Amino acid sequence: MITVGIDMGSKTIKVVVLRDGEIIGRGIELAGFESRAAAEKAFDTALQSAGISKADIDGIVATGAGRKNAPHTDRDITEVGGDAKGVVNLYPNARTVIDVGAEEGRAIRCNEEGKVLDFALNEKCAAGAGAFTEAMSRALEVSVEELGQMSLRSENPTPMNAQCAVFAESEVVSLLHNKTPKEDISRAVHDAIASRIVSLARKVGFEPDVVFIGGVAHNAGFVDSLERALECKVTIPENPEYIGAYGAALAAAES
Amino acid sequence: MAEYWRWKEYRWHDENKNWHDATLITAGVDVGSVSSQAVIVTDGELYAFSNQRTGSDSPESARKAMDWALEGTGMRLDNIGFTVGTGYGRVNVPFSDKAITEIACHARGANYMYGPTVRTVLDMGGQDCKVIRCDERGKVTAFAMNDKCAAGTGRGMEVFADLLAIPIEEVGELSFQVEEEPPPVSSTCVVFAKSEATGLLREGWPKSKVIAAYCSAMAHRVVTLLEQVGIEEKFAITGGIGKNIGVVRRLEGEIGIKALPAKFDTQIAGALGGALFAQNLLKKKLAVT
Repeated sequence: MITVGIDMGSKTIKVVVLRDGEIIGRGIELAGFESRAAAEKAFDTALQSAGISKADIDGIVATGAGRKNAPHTDRDITEVGGDAKGVVNLYPNARTVIDVGAEEGRAIRCNEEGKVLDFALNEKCAAGAGAFTEAMSRALEVSVEELGQMSLRSENPTPMNAQCAVFAESEVVSLLHNKTPKEDISRAVHDAIASRIVSLARKVGFEPDVVFIGGVAHNAGFVDSLERALECKVTIPENPEYIGAYGAALAAAES
Repeated sequence: MAEYWRWKEYRWHDENKNWHDATLITAGVDVGSVSSQAVIVTDGELYAFSNQRTGSDSPESARKAMDWALEGTGMRLDNIGFTVGTGYGRVNVPFSDKAITEIACHARGANYMYGPTVRTVLDMGGQDCKVIRCDERGKVTAFAMNDKCAAGTGRGMEVFADLLAIPIEEVGELSFQVEEEPPPVSSTCVVFAKSEATGLLREGWPKSKVIAAYCSAMAHRVVTLLEQVGIEEKFAITGGIGKNIGVVRRLEGEIGIKALPAKFDTQIAGALGGALFAQNLLKKKLAVT
């Protein structure tokens, strides 16, 4: 059986093709302002990499913030449901999922069947999402990747006072003025988002194993801050940004 | 690159007044996170002020604001009998005799600027937004504040002025050049509101319509804060956003109450209140010695 999951994220669109539970194709595109067209493109890329045509597909399920706008879909599931399903399928011992994307942060507690027991999310404020690191990397004039690496080299972590991304940008500028090393500022940035994500995790009462997914999981500096704030290790899958789409493709196989 | 967010920095003094005739000369310096003001009061009356952007160094910003207020008056710093520092950088005013919170100073300043009938002051500053209730003497009776989030603050408006390439002082007027009032921008977070606005521009919305949507979102945002404390008339708006009629008119519409017209620059309320407190403190000091 071949199924497809489309994750219509606020910043990027991810598509996963599954054959009998195995990932055989993937596609990713920036959502931009024409998310439907971008989804079509990611969909074509994924089909091509899987070497299949649309007629071969048995079911397509969408997820993500823009899921109502996804092309070709039979039905859609929530991001929370998609995340839990995807993660527990990969890691049967996972009980908590943390997902940090461009514009949203989520903590989900689930059981061994991937059923959601509780969840908390922030979608109102950039301070607990990837957008925060992006804004800070602009203020520091480094790439998000460099920001993560720099953070690991911090020797003198300084706390950040501002919560709001807009105010934090001004704070970063004045820290730079005061000759605070960029490494320490990066660490402050990651510690700040980590503390926000951990408060979501506490709300749901997180328990191990904790699996961390979403695009921000690529940021090694943030992972370090998150583990310190959670006081436990997190597991990160190979392609953390695709897990939502993977979960949707699994859901398509079930229906 | 043009800096659309940049508002006018200026100074003023009352040329009809001879400060040498005054018995009590005091000053208030408000070092805010975005702007700094110095106000000089002679015998209980406003005499001079300056209004400028805060630099990266608070003591330096305080000194510059004070020097600029004094400029062209012939007055020197040591002619001033008592100086009160206020604002988030109030403990960093090197030449001040006392620091007083900006909440107390704002209420006191508004009492002078709008008269003793003012009971609710909404201060929409650069990095925070406060609602202050006060009595007929300008004494604080209740307050609520948001200093955690840029939505509803001057910084949020600066971000939008830059994004839309509209000089910040023209935002208010331009926001009324729309055929019909658009719905407010739906994202609260300034970062997300920016993405939303970019999308609206892509859809072909004119800049005036986008800024109208943002002004009404900002107005809507502060209503929640106002409701926490409750609005008692008379009502006044201080801080930089007090000059933005795009936000002020929409807010008035939403709460059904008119704000008192501003006779003074709305940004000087804190420093003015500080200088007025300094008048009392100087009197006390003189009485003791």
